[in-house]
Amino acid sequence: MKFWIAAALFFVAALAIALSGVNEYFFFAAYVVLTAVTLATAWNILGGYAGYVNFGPPAFFGIGAYTAVVLFKWLEAPLAAQIAAGAAMGGLLGFGVGLLTLRLRGIFFAIATVAVVFIMETLMINWRYVGGATGLQLLRPPVIAPFETYARMLFVVAAFMAIASVAIARYVQGSWIGRGLRALRDSEEAAEANGVPTLKLKLFACVTSGALMGAAGAPMPMYLSFIEPASTFNLSYTISALGGSIIGGMSHWLGPIIGALLLGSLQQIITVTISGEVNVLIVGVLLVLFVVLAPEGILGLFKRWLKASSR
Amino acid sequence: MIFSFDLLAEALIFGVLLGCFYAAVSIGLSVSFGLLDVPHVAHPAVMVLGSYATYMVAGYGIDPIAAGVLLMPVFFVLGVLIYRFYYESFEKRGTEAGVRGLAFFFGVAFIVEIGLILVFGVDQRSVEAAYIGSSLELGEYRIPYRMLVAFGVALVLTFSLTVYLSKTFTGRAIKAVAQDEPALRLMGANPVRIKQWAFGIATGVSALAGAMLIIVSPVEPAMDRVYIGRTFCVVVLAGLGSMTGTLASGLILGIAESIVLMFFGASWAPAVAFGLLLVVLGIRPQGLFGR
Repeated sequence: MKFWIAAALFFVAALAIALSGVNEYFFFAAYVVLTAVTLATAWNILGGYAGYVNFGPPAFFGIGAYTAVVLFKWLEAPLAAQIAAGAAMGGLLGFGVGLLTLRLRGIFFAIATVAVVFIMETLMINWRYVGGATGLQLLRPPVIAPFETYARMLFVVAAFMAIASVAIARYVQGSWIGRGLRALRDSEEAAEANGVPTLKLKLFACVTSGALMGAAGAPMPMYLSFIEPASTFNLSYTISALGGSIIGGMSHWLGPIIGALLLGSLQQIITVTISGEVNVLIVGVLLVLFVVLAPEGILGLFKRWLKASSR
Repeated sequence: MIFSFDLLAEALIFGVLLGCFYAAVSIGLSVSFGLLDVPHVAHPAVMVLGSYATYMVAGYGIDPIAAGVLLMPVFFVLGVLIYRFYYESFEKRGTEAGVRGLAFFFGVAFIVEIGLILVFGVDQRSVEAAYIGSSLELGEYRIPYRMLVAFGVALVLTFSLTVYLSKTFTGRAIKAVAQDEPALRLMGANPVRIKQWAFGIATGVSALAGAMLIIVSPVEPAMDRVYIGRTFCVVVLAGLGSMTGTLASGLILGIAESIVLMFFGASWAPAVAFGLLLVVLGIRPQGLFGR
């Protein structure tokens, strides 16, 4: 109950900010941070709960973005339809990737997901309809009523998607699905032997995670008014999804939120004050530091600190 | 698509040269990942680092191949340090196979890549030598000398590593670690020291591979990304840790890529390695010449 009140409060606050006179730049930056929260949360459903490392967030994100572009160019579909279709295609790709978990684990699965990213990128580079390698300029449709600008509307959409994905991750974690995923993370054989339907659960995790990433990618072309393969299928989405989860802590749904908010805001500040390259470097350095020094992430540090102070 | 047997023959010749080159850039990974089971996704990044190091050393007027050889001991030490760090932080705690070991190497790859961008910028860099830019005319075929040089070095490298691993004492020790680590421990040998040595060799070899990379084509910092596909494709297709298999699967990839390049165009070529990798992983993850 507390969670739903907090979520509702957050959404109302986002709506209020969007209708207020806050500087336009805020919405551009906040959209990126909220999308990072969605990506990290989605990544954690498969990577954190089930222990399957997915290096392929750009593939899911990109399939969502390109689905949106195709729908927009072909039918001038509204944003909601674009997002729904992006989620569906992301889920479909997730199902395909999920089938790979039948045979592959650990690094083999991880490398296979990198392959999916590059194959998707090559397909889009060679597809003229969506602009090929040079990309496609998009003309945004007029903005819908209460919002003054398109960026404000996308900000509210991103806030909604972040809340929705966190709610889903929270549900998965607390239900039998989450328990099953944790069981198969620790030992797939033992879980299977005890009657956990491992394949079904892995497929569920892949599809859910993929659909959320696809949905997160769908508004991106409208946000940039542009799409192009090299930046859409960029592995830096992988490092921010992975970094958000690991730095925040993978064992709880709160972890990716904390990690992604922190990383995302830090990246926005660095991009403005220093440079775009340094912001990826910082994520890499933080990721390595956390993985080595605080494997349980910020949540783990916090727990340790709580234990120490209660003693 | 224009098809002719002349083009096919040219594609095959170029494919064989390219294939040996791919085998050479993968052979370090074949040791570090294939034999030692280290999830070394940063291997291509270290190799690109080797290319830039070669670029700097070659700036003093030294031949790039010689520069690569000179850099091998430096990279050997770098490799020992990386493995030591990896061992202390992950293998010792028994968390290497999981999420964190992979995330570690992925992070390292990014740090190397961005570090290179910050120092050298995003522009392409290349080296100069007598054999770069000219070609050997064989009747109607033109074979660039740089491909022949890379081909020669690749063969020497693969051959000497194969001999080292099967004939020398340390080489056999490395294979023993790969085969049965607990048994080695029971016999009183220290597997960590052997693995450290082997990882050092794998990284040292990457320096020479990096030199070949910058000889074959100009390099840019983000080049490691597409080589993740090529190197892992070769190593997985070979079957983990098989050196002759690495050469054979390098050839398979080289010929496949060169045929696609010739008949479908350059924009499809990067997908060949990744596509082949995905097919191998899906159908036969143990590879063609698996141990």
